[in-house]
Amino acid sequence: MKIHQLSMFLENKPGHLGELCRILANADINILTLSLADTQQFGILRLIVRDWQQAKAVLEKAGVVVNVTEVVATEVEDRPGGFVRILDIIEAAGINIEYMYAFTFRSGDKATLVFRFDNPDAAIETLTTGGVNVIGDVELYRLARQ
Amino acid sequence: MNEFWHDAGCVFHPVSAPDYLPLPQLRQLQLHRLRAVVERAYDHVALFRQRMDERGISPAAVQTLDDIARLPFTVKVDLRDTYPFGLFASPMSEVVRLHASSGTTGKPIVVAYTREDLRVWAEVMVRCFAACGLDRGDIIQNAYGYGLFTGGLGAHYGAEALGATVIPISGGNTDRQIMLMKDFGATALCCTPSYFLRIIERAPDLGVDIRELPLKAGVFGAEPWTDEMRKRIESAADIKAYDIYGLSEIIGPGVGNECREQNGLHIFEDHFYPEIVDPETLQPLPDGCEGELVLTTLSKQAMPMIRYRTRDITALQTEPCPCGRTIRRIRRISRRSDDMFIIRGVNVYPSQIEEALLAVEGVAPHYQIVLTNDGAMDDVEVQVEVTPDVFSDTVGAMEGLRRKLSASIERVINIRVNLRLVEPNSIARSEGKARRVLDQRQR
Repeated sequence: MKIHQLSMFLENKPGHLGELCRILANADINILTLSLADTQQFGILRLIVRDWQQAKAVLEKAGVVVNVTEVVATEVEDRPGGFVRILDIIEAAGINIEYMYAFTFRSGDKATLVFRFDNPDAAIETLTTGGVNVIGDVELYRLARQ
Repeated sequence: MNEFWHDAGCVFHPVSAPDYLPLPQLRQLQLHRLRAVVERAYDHVALFRQRMDERGISPAAVQTLDDIARLPFTVKVDLRDTYPFGLFASPMSEVVRLHASSGTTGKPIVVAYTREDLRVWAEVMVRCFAACGLDRGDIIQNAYGYGLFTGGLGAHYGAEALGATVIPISGGNTDRQIMLMKDFGATALCCTPSYFLRIIERAPDLGVDIRELPLKAGVFGAEPWTDEMRKRIESAADIKAYDIYGLSEIIGPGVGNECREQNGLHIFEDHFYPEIVDPETLQPLPDGCEGELVLTTLSKQAMPMIRYRTRDITALQTEPCPCGRTIRRIRRISRRSDDMFIIRGVNVYPSQIEEALLAVEGVAPHYQIVLTNDGAMDDVEVQVEVTPDVFSDTVGAMEGLRRKLSASIERVINIRVNLRLVEPNSIARSEGKARRVLDQRQR
């Protein structure tokens, strides 16, 4: 049920983001979604790709520090209150969201979110029990292709 | 050199015999050689003769080893001022090799060797390798840069004279270093400690586990490093990491080396006479006191150095070494007097910053200290490369690491520093040597 996310350390300097993305582009790797966290000094680029092992290998070969994290992708109804329903479940269980971002694609009236939890397994159980559809990687890659 | 008597399995290498000379005989040999080298320098080197004459002393003034304190010092600037050949004591017809420093500003410094100088150099390098337990049958990968830099050729001819198999790979191209280390089964590696860290970090990316390789010893030098760094290297690579000391002005690598005790570096003092002086007053200090290391080449022909100020801060250890060598040891050098910087009136050495960084779990010692100023106010920025061990995908964890590192430094030097995390491999390296301090202050 968990999705593998790659994260990379970036200095806040012109050209550094492009350099990373060019490495992936040259290896013919498509970025399904990404999020960039920035501080005054540095940034952390997180991204989801289909073949994360290959992406990690080409990045590391280029000397990039890559970290693999397991994140949770869930469906969310794309209407007012859709996200709140998920947050209610997470809050009620006292689970902390480290960070989150969204996928760019939609499937019918549903959007897809990515959550980074401390304990993804416990979060998945809570979400599933609460009736939220947690998406596994196979389904995610199928959706992304549509 | 290759036909040295050799008895397989014998821990004592015959070329190392002078390491074990009884002290009275060693001192006698030193005095004999000192008088000869002073005479040689006086006869052939104008600058030295002029300084002796100014002091009103002649080579005959050297009657005992203690008389060395009456001789003038030589400093690095003397080599620049007499560029290129002004300090040579041999005619060019006898000089068979030149080396030169890379020289960050202006002209490089040039050093010269006669055939006999090269023989001595190979001999002391054999004694270094032997002290590390290396012998015929070992495969030594030499990753010091070949060329004008003394490191590459110095280690090369020493390893050949030892009878070991040399892989003359030179510096750089880390992936190929790792491939050949594995494929050729290198048992020892010569390079700077910071470059070996790079190799350790890179190996897993190539699917190589350094700990599983036949590599058993590293002969690391050409830059100061700390005991913390040694511990890191030894546990990460499962090897013994030995410190080698040398400088081009004296001969190159091979002035001194650790033995298996790894407690100070034995100076091959039958060729290089060590003194410790107070770097401020230049007065000789008694054994055991910390000060600047001053070396005199006792047997050098092409370019004798009398009382050369190394700028390296250490102390002479005279207690007998359990390894049995009688030659004295210097405490391992972790700082140089010219590396020291003064920030807001406080003296700081890069080694203090290194220790503070390494006190934080998982941090690799790839760092640089950048000094800037805004008017009268000095600022210190410490840049630390992010490694896979410390990298996290959350901003909170990375900011936490930054705070932890700057607090650790502040505890040691009592000055607040700006800690900047930087990308791996972003700190420039030259000759595989890490440049620790970048002083960009405007005066």
